[in-house]
Amino acid sequence: MRFLRQSLTVAAKDLRSELRSKEALNASLAFALVILLLFSFAFDPTAETTREISGGLLWLVFAFAGTLILNRSFARELANDCLDALVASPVPPAAIFLGKALANLVLLVAVELVSLPVFGVFYNVRWTPHFVPLLGVLLLATWGLAVIGTMFSALTVNLRLRELMLPVLVYPMIIPALMAAMQLTTVLLAGEPVWGENWLWVRLLVAFNVIFTALALALVETVLLG
Amino acid sequence: MRDAVRRTIVYAMTALGAVWLARNLYVILLALPDEVAQGAIYRIFFFHLPAWFTCFTAFFAAGVASTLYLIRRSPGYDAFAVAAVEVGVAFTLIGLVTGMVWARIIWGIWWTWDPRLTWAFITLLVYLGYLMLRRAIDEATERAKNSAVLCIFAFTSVVITYKAIDWWRTQHPGPVLSFRTGGGTIDPAMESMLFQNWFALLLVASALVLIRMRQERIEREVDALRRRAHAL
Repeated sequence: MRFLRQSLTVAAKDLRSELRSKEALNASLAFALVILLLFSFAFDPTAETTREISGGLLWLVFAFAGTLILNRSFARELANDCLDALVASPVPPAAIFLGKALANLVLLVAVELVSLPVFGVFYNVRWTPHFVPLLGVLLLATWGLAVIGTMFSALTVNLRLRELMLPVLVYPMIIPALMAAMQLTTVLLAGEPVWGENWLWVRLLVAFNVIFTALALALVETVLLG
Repeated sequence: MRDAVRRTIVYAMTALGAVWLARNLYVILLALPDEVAQGAIYRIFFFHLPAWFTCFTAFFAAGVASTLYLIRRSPGYDAFAVAAVEVGVAFTLIGLVTGMVWARIIWGIWWTWDPRLTWAFITLLVYLGYLMLRRAIDEATERAKNSAVLCIFAFTSVVITYKAIDWWRTQHPGPVLSFRTGGGTIDPAMESMLFQNWFALLLVASALVLIRMRQERIEREVDALRRRAHAL
């Protein structure tokens, strides 16, 4: 209970400081819109074939825009040695990690929920009838992205090249989650159910989240404390 | 003295590996007959699969060494991990290239986005990321600690690559070795040759790892001397 409360305190702190500066949020949103625009040049956005790759497109946008938020997660604490203060506080490192991952989840989902209607309008994709299962997929896959991203953000926080290193490390690692999310989103946008044949992908997502959340919680202490 | 022993071991392993590989080449190219369906090109398989097994072994060993480093914090484990990953990446490249040559002949294409191939490629990228992360961190303990954590994460992609042919129905051929199929899919002479070539490659890989570990140790000593010189 205490652990959860500590995590939520860290998450609330991160969200508050992000909402006051909005530096990562604005950059990420703007970037998401730019990529959506760029994709429209890569192929005909109104064609029927677009619907078949819509899940893939959407998740590429989320993954690209997401790293901007994940980059800031620990880098934000560098000014005034906030990271040292945070680590020295009586909060266990796993709680700091969990709090930061939760904050990233909220921010990432916020960016995704803004991009989704824009995507629907630009690419003529109807997503409203399947919103509830879609939200489930969003939350599951974004948690995977948030866990891996927060963990690697902690790993790379002291590097000069951290903005460059994070995507190089994160993208190959989250491919299982991204693949499942792309598949499920495409299926949902085509109006098909996620159970039956596609349930495998939901299980893959859940397994991915469980494995990497456990690994990250177990290893984050060595990363933060040394 | 210890150095001399180590050097003798490395030389012996390399020599044994080289002789064994040469003898294997003779058997593979001249003694074994062509395969019924594929003709002569199947021989690349004697390097393809052993190369992958060697790279999986190397990555597994690197994962174990990284875990041990996090527990014991002795720089030797870190040196072993980086040496094993570098050798593993080399063998991953061998595995990918031999696979591509085979695919060009049998499938008519160099590459297809089949789950097994895709994950093999992802594994390569993940471990290249590991090597890049090491380059980016200057401080030795920080580098060892952070890359050990990454190495443990990275090993998941090896597991997925290994199991990909069981989890998805793929274009990549399914398991052929008898410990996975229960036997009957591969000629015993060919299977024994596969394992022999794997052991020969493992010998070469181990020699490379030992040489690379020595480099790491010397680098650490040079670093320490340089720091002392600065202090003076």
